[in-house]
Amino acid sequence: MEAVSKTENTQYIELNMGPHHPATHGVLRLKLTLDGERVVRCEARIGYLHRGTEKTVEHKSYHQALIYTDRLDYLSPLTNNWAYVRAVEKLLGIDGKLPRRAEYLRVITGELSRISSHIVGAGTHVLDLGAWTFFLHAFREREKIYDLLEELTGQRMNNTYFRIGGVAADAPDGWLEKVYKWADEFEKKHHPELMDLIAANPIFVERTKGIGVIPPEMALNLGLTGPMIRGSGIKTDLRKDEPYSVYSEFDFEIPTGKNGDTYDRFMVRMEEMLQSVRIIKQAIEKMPEGDVLIDDYKIVPPPKRDAYTQIEKLIHHFKLVSEGVRVPPGEAYGAVEAPKGELGFYIVSDGSAKPYRFRIRPPSFINLQSIEHIAPGHLVADIIALIGTIDIVLGEVDR
Amino acid sequence: MISQIREKLGELATDVIEGIDMPTVITTKENLLKVIEVLKNELGFNTITDITAVDWYGRRDKRFDVVYHLRKVQSPHRVRIKVAIDDGEKVPSLVPIFEGANWLEREVFDMFGIEFEGHPNMKRILLWEGFPGHPLRKDFFWREEVPLPENE
Repeated sequence: MEAVSKTENTQYIELNMGPHHPATHGVLRLKLTLDGERVVRCEARIGYLHRGTEKTVEHKSYHQALIYTDRLDYLSPLTNNWAYVRAVEKLLGIDGKLPRRAEYLRVITGELSRISSHIVGAGTHVLDLGAWTFFLHAFREREKIYDLLEELTGQRMNNTYFRIGGVAADAPDGWLEKVYKWADEFEKKHHPELMDLIAANPIFVERTKGIGVIPPEMALNLGLTGPMIRGSGIKTDLRKDEPYSVYSEFDFEIPTGKNGDTYDRFMVRMEEMLQSVRIIKQAIEKMPEGDVLIDDYKIVPPPKRDAYTQIEKLIHHFKLVSEGVRVPPGEAYGAVEAPKGELGFYIVSDGSAKPYRFRIRPPSFINLQSIEHIAPGHLVADIIALIGTIDIVLGEVDR
Repeated sequence: MISQIREKLGELATDVIEGIDMPTVITTKENLLKVIEVLKNELGFNTITDITAVDWYGRRDKRFDVVYHLRKVQSPHRVRIKVAIDDGEKVPSLVPIFEGANWLEREVFDMFGIEFEGHPNMKRILLWEGFPGHPLRKDFFWREEVPLPENE
């Protein structure tokens, strides 16, 4: 959209949208400069939820750091765990050497997380645009995912299911069948229902088509990732580009948009849910047997029974509980394709049991930057659509 | 990829190391922009992933490392660029090459107090104006009590 020129005898108005505005998905403040209804300039003010995660974790052991990662993008805690353990596993030299059952459980829970995050993303996005029914139906499905995750991990949110070297526990009996049943139902019944509700809805289409267009060059230049860059037609996804874990064993597509507008990004998210369902179903069908934690007592505590009866195991147990995992000196960057985009952890170790530097590469933070570039020229009402389409979680933006 | 990087960068890089996860280019702040341009235009590292810093307070002569991560989209290739600087030294800004560097550099400034030369808006981003010090420096006590800001 062309830049707005100031006409004679008009005055710009400055408007603060947020930090406590229901459509800002948290505590985001947008400082808008308006010419009538049109936005001339948009400046994002963030940091209201800054908790100093990076600093805090420098004083925690590698294992304690894990729970802080849950609380970044709290809509998708499992992929956050994953990115972090991946970085640590690279430093420990065990990346790709985990028991296969652990990798499969990671894939299943990670994809469940992706679906639930996209449900919130898409659901609240359309809720902001006035569609109530879609939101309710979508959130019913999210609640089912949370029930499944609760059964597996013990908690609805902030699951902390991953461990350095595997996952916390094996799936309970019958859990995989329940997930399969849910996935099948979602794919055949509920997803088409959701699409029927919204895809051709004239109000929704009118408010999203051609809004917030991001050309591919701009997406690359801004470093956007996830649905934000795929909506612009660039087919990139870390699960395909650098197939980590066991993703190379599954058959799935990377959906992309054409025009890079809000509608395309919404459709990319909807399609990604289906692809995640495909991955989950394949993973359950191919599920291997075996352990879910790596067999290395320098990283994972030995079974309790052994710790009570064998002195060497007791020492391992004691060292792991009192001090934690010691990670060899070096630096590593581990990233996964989180629902919002590329979530990475850059960890510098000095050989002690605490990370020397713990850097989070937050996809929401970097994606949010684009709002300053795409907002000018739009109406105030479109800003609501733009916030929804960027799909931010302020816990991750502000860290 | 690493030999290509060595060849293309030549004198511009002080060293190219094969890291655990990706090739790591060590360079100086004078050569930084040229290095990034060569990586972007000739080797196809077309998107910026991350900019951050590491504080080696009391452990090394040059106090900070500024660390850049670039990525080649639709491929598994990544590269890390590291520049060592002293406290108070400025680093050239990447904003003319990658627009996405804007907020990332502001965050580094906010957390470490490293200034970027030529940045269009070198202000704090997560913390408020007037916050005492830069929290990710190692000499900043991690449980420091900081007075809350006045209402804006």
